[in-house]
Amino acid sequence: MPDFGYLQLPKAGDAKRPDPGVMAAATHDLAYGLVRVIDDQGAAVGAWDPKLDAETLRRGLRVMLLTRIFDDRMFKAQRQGKTPFYMKCTGEEAVAVAQGLVLNRDDMCFASYRQQGLLIARDWPIFDLMCQIYSNSDDRLKGRQLPVLYSVREAGFFSLSGNLGTQFPQAVGWAMASAYKRDTKIAAAWIGEGASAEGDFHHALTFAAVYHAPVILNLVNNQWAISSSQDVAGGEETTFASRAIGFGIPGIRVDGNDFLAVHAVTSWAAERARTNRGPTLIEHFTYRAAPHSTSDDPGRYRPGDEHKYWPLGDPILRLKAHLEHIGEWDEKRHIALTAEIEAHVDAANRKAQQLGVHGGGPYHDSSTMFEDVYKDMPWHLREQQAELKRFTAGKAKP
Amino acid sequence: MTAMNMVQALNSAMDVMLDRDSNVLIFGEDVGFFGGVFRVTDGLQRRYGEQRVFDAPIAEGGQIAVAIGMGAYGLRPVVECQFADYIYPAFDQLVSEAARLRYRSAGEFNAPITVRAPYGGGIFGGQTHSQSPEGLFTHVCGLKTVIPSNPYDAKGLLISAIEDDDPVLFFEPKRLYAGPFDGHYEKPVETWAKHAAGEVPIGHYSIPLGKAAVVRAGEALTILAYGTMVHVALAATVATGVDAEILDLRTLMPIDIEAITMSVEKTGRCLIVHEATRTSGYGAELSALVQERCFYHLEAPILRVTGWDTPYPREFEWEYFPGPLRVAEAISKIMAG
Repeated sequence: MPDFGYLQLPKAGDAKRPDPGVMAAATHDLAYGLVRVIDDQGAAVGAWDPKLDAETLRRGLRVMLLTRIFDDRMFKAQRQGKTPFYMKCTGEEAVAVAQGLVLNRDDMCFASYRQQGLLIARDWPIFDLMCQIYSNSDDRLKGRQLPVLYSVREAGFFSLSGNLGTQFPQAVGWAMASAYKRDTKIAAAWIGEGASAEGDFHHALTFAAVYHAPVILNLVNNQWAISSSQDVAGGEETTFASRAIGFGIPGIRVDGNDFLAVHAVTSWAAERARTNRGPTLIEHFTYRAAPHSTSDDPGRYRPGDEHKYWPLGDPILRLKAHLEHIGEWDEKRHIALTAEIEAHVDAANRKAQQLGVHGGGPYHDSSTMFEDVYKDMPWHLREQQAELKRFTAGKAKP
Repeated sequence: MTAMNMVQALNSAMDVMLDRDSNVLIFGEDVGFFGGVFRVTDGLQRRYGEQRVFDAPIAEGGQIAVAIGMGAYGLRPVVECQFADYIYPAFDQLVSEAARLRYRSAGEFNAPITVRAPYGGGIFGGQTHSQSPEGLFTHVCGLKTVIPSNPYDAKGLLISAIEDDDPVLFFEPKRLYAGPFDGHYEKPVETWAKHAAGEVPIGHYSIPLGKAAVVRAGEALTILAYGTMVHVALAATVATGVDAEILDLRTLMPIDIEAITMSVEKTGRCLIVHEATRTSGYGAELSALVQERCFYHLEAPILRVTGWDTPYPREFEWEYFPGPLRVAEAISKIMAG
């Protein structure tokens, strides 16, 4: 049985909640503590309780459940050979979903690859995500990107890069632009604890602090960077949230499996950013229950069932327990909701697969690969496109 | 029209663009209050304020990343990289991010950023203030690379770069900032005052990217050059008395292939000159293009005169610099072939 005894977990409700306008120096305890709201009985306790109405709580539960069932279906599709690759966020759903519900739809999200919950929270159709995963004829990214590296400008979701960490300082630039334009929109970025070792992480904090950028910088500490545990990224000696202190910005460590706590801390940081008090670094303390990706075999480096012993539990079960505790949910409704979502996911999946899957198509025309390298296609790409077309004329593939 | 050196012409380009377009911002190391170590942004912060012209932390990777985010929002940031030699910390953001943003998002996002960087030798800057890294960037699909050789072009090309919706690397031959330099380091320093291209319009004008200029028409051979080497090629041409046609490429990506083939088909001979190191340098690409397209017009092998394949040695600047003697020798060799 995995031993998580080394974790020092403060009790739910213990953390103090300063005013969002407070000086960064007055928030240092939050960088070493852990904001928790839902206690072991399912009650919401303490100053960070966001006091959400039942409808919002049920919406959070629905979106997290949809994210998990969508993930499981896509993982299966990879095993069936319909897509070469997939990445689940199982166990981490509360991070992106709660934040997606807090942020305005026109705030720009510079996500990492495990925040599909942002798009789902913004009601972006999972059918559209599936088309990208299958690289089919309806893939908005025209078969150019690895599955899950979405781009949805319309839903405030910045194009995902496969290079980890690069989007972190870009979000700061976007936020600086918004501030320069006297806009009320803010930016948010996500990075893993592993990639926080990259220079990009430190660039983001430096620039955000120097220019007081209205940005929320999220570090998702899910304990694992493929096979490297968080101590390889420097998590053993101190918390990741405490990195913020040296830059003079607030760093808050939050229980990433507690929907209410993530919601509350994100609202705090969003208010701070929107009122021109600058950036916040949030460390979401969670656990990657899923493999890194479909190409990963976590059984080789950690006990297969380790996530079941994670002392902060499962985000969906914890929000469910809270809803039940306040008399706004029950097992019967949960079973019905699960069945409804499963049917919805299956229907979307059938529709997406009809438009093509990996290995069989149909895809976009391969000659579209030459588009969008530049705004206007230069002569050398026109020549290369014509050359490819000579080989592909009348054929699906060269 | 007014007399300007290249520093003043570049400053004027940014002045014009800051005035015309509130989306244009300028930042980099020491560019704000101080006006840049080469004075290229002198006075711009005073005129347009600290919101639009400002100093940046010494982190080129952060500067370019922030510019990309601003570009995605809809601004047109112009970043000064203090020396081209300092651009490498930003390599990932340029190559993996700026260059690919439009492509990977299928046109949803783009990075309309301009990165200005003084480049090249001739000022005794040693290994870390003299490099010509253009070939590293012309190899990257999605980036444009521009190099002016005189004040008039510098202003018109920089305005085009800022107005361009793709990321542009704008390398400024720092030895040409104050005046034309033909490699005769032993002669008194010249200014732009007597040079035709030192007469620059005060207002807005642009020179399209992707278009070369014929700086000297000729029949005997074609010399492909850019930046400082345009002036070296001219000096060597005068010295040899050969009727060379000199093309100032101005934009390396996309390259003006029509101008190149038209000239080489006419002359039947081709010399390529650049200051950057030779192996896998941009001259290799030019040589391949000419060979592929003009082979049956060629009467002699294509030659390259370039910097040696060594780091830029501080004390042996003029032995390293591809000066007029080496260019003249190559001209003679091609003419004898």
